[in-house]
Amino acid sequence: MKIIELSTSKRDLLILVVFSVIVLIAPFWGSLIGAGYPDLLQKFAIFGLFAVGYNILFGLTGYLSFGHAAFLGVGSYVAVWSFKLFTMNALPAIAFSIVFSGIFALVIGFLCLRRTGIYFSILTLAFAQMSYKLAYSVLTPITNGETGLFVLKDDPRVIDGALGIASAENPLASLFGITLNGYEGFYFCAVVLILGFWLSMKIFRSPFGMKLVAIKSNQTRMEYTGFNHRPYLLAAFVISGMYAGLAGALLAVVDPTAGAERMVWTASGEVVLMTILGGLGTMFGPLIGAATIKYMENIFSGINDTLLGTWFDFLPQALTDLLVTIVSPFVGSGWHLTLGLTFMMIMIFLPGGMVEGAQKIKAKFFNKSKTEQVESEQLEKDGAA
Amino acid sequence: MSAEQSNIVLDISGVNKSFGGLQALSDINLQIEEGKTHAIIGPNGAGKSTLLNTCIGLLQADTGRIDFEGHDLTKGFMPHDINQMGISRVFQTPQIFPDLSILENVMIPAFAKRDGSFKLNIFKALRDEKAIEEEALHFLEDLGMADQHHNHAGSLSRGNKRRLELAMCLIQHPKLLLLDEPTAGMARHDTNQTIELLMKIKARGMTKVIIEHDMHVVFSLADKISVLAQGAIIAEGHPDEIKGHPKVREAYLGSAEV
Ligand SMILES: Nc1ncnc2c1ncn2[C@@H]1O[C@H](COP(=O)(O)OP(=O)(O)O)[C@@H](O)[C@H]1O
Ligand SMILES: [Mg+2]
Repeated sequence: MKIIELSTSKRDLLILVVFSVIVLIAPFWGSLIGAGYPDLLQKFAIFGLFAVGYNILFGLTGYLSFGHAAFLGVGSYVAVWSFKLFTMNALPAIAFSIVFSGIFALVIGFLCLRRTGIYFSILTLAFAQMSYKLAYSVLTPITNGETGLFVLKDDPRVIDGALGIASAENPLASLFGITLNGYEGFYFCAVVLILGFWLSMKIFRSPFGMKLVAIKSNQTRMEYTGFNHRPYLLAAFVISGMYAGLAGALLAVVDPTAGAERMVWTASGEVVLMTILGGLGTMFGPLIGAATIKYMENIFSGINDTLLGTWFDFLPQALTDLLVTIVSPFVGSGWHLTLGLTFMMIMIFLPGGMVEGAQKIKAKFFNKSKTEQVESEQLEKDGAA
Repeated sequence: MSAEQSNIVLDISGVNKSFGGLQALSDINLQIEEGKTHAIIGPNGAGKSTLLNTCIGLLQADTGRIDFEGHDLTKGFMPHDINQMGISRVFQTPQIFPDLSILENVMIPAFAKRDGSFKLNIFKALRDEKAIEEEALHFLEDLGMADQHHNHAGSLSRGNKRRLELAMCLIQHPKLLLLDEPTAGMARHDTNQTIELLMKIKARGMTKVIIEHDMHVVFSLADKISVLAQGAIIAEGHPDEIKGHPKVREAYLGSAEV
């Protein structure tokens, strides 16, 4: 599989346009699969962005971080503080989140990148868990501990105050007068996702991106070729941390709260799953993985025994009961079981993730049409002769 | 010894290196002259690779100096610093980027030469790096690999991996090229092609240190030969002097043709 290719700028533009269209019409295709409501669409976009950024570290350099949810959490907290102190406008919140999570990633990355392999992973895990515990306890004045951080009517909001924008009872994030909840919230996230994807594509196509893959491929050769691999890895770490902070800020934009649970280690594990499930080191894989997992989380978890009963009630009662008993462990709160099984199946049969699956199907289709083409050319020749 | 005056590129003096109780290098003194091809020969385990490793920052010498352009290379330089000074190395086991294409393998060292040890060039597309791409293709032509440049380097034969690694070093136009058994494990035909390539770069006046087992390669390329046995240099001189050297015949029976 070719990770970075020398492709034409026209082709890239086409990819970007097609991608943007798919994202912007998500309410339409989402409704076809029962996901056409803003809350879930926002999650597709936000966690897609998180995974796209994470892939720049894990996919390109091969360094497996188990702590990126910490940056997501930092992004959320910073955004909510921006809402509290300055303005409900989403843009400053996003800017602050990127800066703060970037600084945080710089410090943590600098320390963790002293080690490689499993030791690096464990270090990131330790730092993230430490951040989570701190947010829960010691840092309560900043994070509001267990309760979580909220925006309130009587927060200072100095910029809004100076501009004479009145504070609502339940303040919502906005963009110059447009309230960013519901579909507006989704479209805001969608535009940020498109920008984030564009930047990721730039990185994939740049000499910098190629060097990251080279570090993954042979770090020793990289050193003896004159590259200092440390700043490259640190840059990838910080960039992916900033993406995570941005995703965290978007979570706060569509719902102006922040809580420590966003930093817990399972949240870090989730982005690893998303990236691998979709296709590690591919441009689209992380997005597909994120959408798949969020879809399962929201749709499968909503299926209960009663709903199953109505699906199967055309069958004799005994059979209905049997089917409900068989299927119910895999849905509702058991959706993790389905996720786990799906993940195992993909890893066993498609180690390159869902993107590899798509490529295989495409290759089959393409080769078939090619042979058909040859056959038809042959027929034409025969006809001419 | 020859009396002709010439610039010393690399000056190794009094280098010792031991691994636990094993004295891998003992009091090595070696001068590499500019534009010359200096061969180091010796039986397996003599310390030849270890000597090169101390020059490129892979191993730290216990005592002694290695002077290159006014720097003492034993003084804690990182491998990438030493490469940026102008020393490139071909390893005994080929070190390439197996996941990248053949072309990309050769482009990467060219970036190192142009951009230094770190550059955050995100916004320039790889496809717009025409100058480097063309230079890389030019070097691949020398190897006869230009037509397969899009293939994965990992799928190359061992011999071709070695020659690819050589091209990766050559594109950096190093001031000093260190070659650790560049023809080991190669078929005769590949060996001859590699010799041809090395002759070509020799004609360009590149300074080289070459470790080699194949006496045919050594005597067709070397201007000067040092013989290493059990970590010490036991003889040094022009190929003709070495051929007839009794100590060499005694210590180095690796090739019957010596
Ligand atoms: N990193 C190392 N640790 C311990 N012993 C080593 C190491 N590198 C080389 N040696 C030992 O040093 C001696 C010289 O090795 P080497 O330089 O590879 O020999 P040559 O290249 O001449 O065949 C050998 O006995 C080898 O086992
Ligand atoms: Mg050796």
